[in-house]
Amino acid sequence: MSLLKIKNLRVEFGSLAHPFPAVDGLDFEIERGELVGIVGESGSGKSVTMMALMGLIDAPGRVTADELVFDGHDLLKLSPSQRRKIVGKDISMIFQDALSSLNPAYTVGFQIKESLKVHMGLRGAALEQRALELLELVEIPDAKNRLNAYPHQLSGGMNQRVMIAVAIACNPKLLIADEPTTALDVTIQAQIMDLLAKLQKEHNMGLIMITHDLAVVAEMARRICVMYAGQVVEEAPVAKLFAQPHHPYTQALLDAIPEHNKGARRLSALPGIVPGHYDRPTGCLLSPRCRFAQDRCRSERPQLLGEAGRVRCFYPLNIEGSAQHG
Amino acid sequence: MFSFILRKLATVIPTFIGITLVAFALIRMIPGDPIEVMVGERRLDPEMHAAAMQRLGLDQPLHVQYFTYLGKLAEGDLGISLVTREPVTKEFLTLFPATVELAICALIFAVLFGLPAGMIAGLKRGSVFDHGVMGAAMTGYSMPIFWWGLILIMFFSVSLGLTPVSGRIAIEYDIPVKTGFLLIDSYLSGEEGAFKSAFMHLILPTIVLGTIPLAVIARMTRSSMLEVLREDYIRTARAKGLAPTRVVVVHALRNALIPVITVIGLQTGALLAGAVLTETIFSWPGIGKWLVDSISRRDYPVVQAGILVSATIFIVVNLVVDILYGVVNPRIRSHK
Repeated sequence: MSLLKIKNLRVEFGSLAHPFPAVDGLDFEIERGELVGIVGESGSGKSVTMMALMGLIDAPGRVTADELVFDGHDLLKLSPSQRRKIVGKDISMIFQDALSSLNPAYTVGFQIKESLKVHMGLRGAALEQRALELLELVEIPDAKNRLNAYPHQLSGGMNQRVMIAVAIACNPKLLIADEPTTALDVTIQAQIMDLLAKLQKEHNMGLIMITHDLAVVAEMARRICVMYAGQVVEEAPVAKLFAQPHHPYTQALLDAIPEHNKGARRLSALPGIVPGHYDRPTGCLLSPRCRFAQDRCRSERPQLLGEAGRVRCFYPLNIEGSAQHG
Repeated sequence: MFSFILRKLATVIPTFIGITLVAFALIRMIPGDPIEVMVGERRLDPEMHAAAMQRLGLDQPLHVQYFTYLGKLAEGDLGISLVTREPVTKEFLTLFPATVELAICALIFAVLFGLPAGMIAGLKRGSVFDHGVMGAAMTGYSMPIFWWGLILIMFFSVSLGLTPVSGRIAIEYDIPVKTGFLLIDSYLSGEEGAFKSAFMHLILPTIVLGTIPLAVIARMTRSSMLEVLREDYIRTARAKGLAPTRVVVVHALRNALIPVITVIGLQTGALLAGAVLTETIFSWPGIGKWLVDSISRRDYPVVQAGILVSATIFIVVNLVVDILYGVVNPRIRSHK
């Protein structure tokens, strides 16, 4: 049984009469101890999906799904207080900007201990001990003194380490990292990624790595989900995805990696932006931006199909025996 | 923390000197002098006028008068009232507790109702409660104190007979002065009904004086709360699986309070200004009324002392606020 199974997840904002689907029929699965990357540009619904999973979408946002099962618990059937026993303990999350994600009024130690107190019931010396252990686990030097530091006294990388310590405090089964390195510089990025990969292996956590940078997940993840406008458009093992992308959007993302543009005068980029509330196409959501789009693409929505790797396209690229584009 | 307080104190000294200068100059800019006011409509012989001025030391050049005043001030001498010939300090000390008692009660009233009202309005944004509180706050803020006081007196005292009209305590009680705060003194005296009488006398003035600070605190708390609730660390707190009350009380409130505390400090100014009107409406024997009377009598030493004391209170309260601010907000403290 998979650790997390999401089927037909919809997250809608706006009025009931004119709903805007930020996530539109998303299917997703992750196994215990697996590392999956979710990739997509800003506005593709990556973060909203994860917020819905954490139960952090507030009214007027509406979350519906055919299935939202985590570790045998049907999350949609749980009461809010039952759900809070899972969130922050078995599923936890780290965010993009660590400094603003930590409360400026409390010490780092307080914020780590809070989860331990609430979820594990730790007190006194055991609590102190575990907090220290966590800071050492995320490789913060001089951990003992850092417990009494405030977030503004630490660097961005240190704060992200603290966030990770908070997130793994209760030995979660699933860790969601929402663009954990976007706000950091490149050397620190690599360190944080290494740390996450190490912790994931050591603790056999499921890890969902959300990013808009394919290169970031390329080395770590086994499987990658590409999201566009609230839908998964392609899902495949990493090697396959890089070698033979089927969806034009995946192709465009790969083309935009600077290393693939050596010698070119301009970076290859997909024109336009993710459709919003008023310009959402009736057909394939990528059709207005896709250079391969045909009449069928503009009138009909494709489904996510395929076995080993799935793709949401009528005319997938790089498929043997089918008509090749471009 | 200690050096933080010291640094704050150092900034107070120039402010204080500035105030003495302003207090000294302002009252002398008003046309007329104490002798003319005392004599009133009757004509006064210029020679007698000059002699009187000389006796009061008012014939000296202004800068000499100012430095004499400063010198005495340094010794803690606020001078002698030109009208009553009593030491200003003595008059002040008998009247001051009444004002402080009223101001403290008004502030407690404002915080007690303003803070929770603003908080709940912020949490339930757009609800009936939110609109109700904000509408009431706007009304309260725009209300002329004088009119508001009279309306309350007419309704509660005259029509319903629930509260007394004026004064600090019913006339039949003779309470020995211990702290100067009648609420405490009357309680200590053990006289039956004295405490209740003092309390009833306080209700209306407290409401009148507390209304504007209450409105300001409620509005500030609401907007501060709304701002803080959008912060990333609130999302983190919720992602930790904390109960909504804990998220609000532990994570949001402490940060939301930072600007509110500043506003509460600034409201002391409004309280002192409001006290002048409120004390006049309710015949409350405090420094507000005393100050107004002295201005019309051109009682220079009293006015100077009054302005100086009010300003000092304002400075001290804001100093306390700055210190509190450092306690609540660790980011301020560590800036060296």
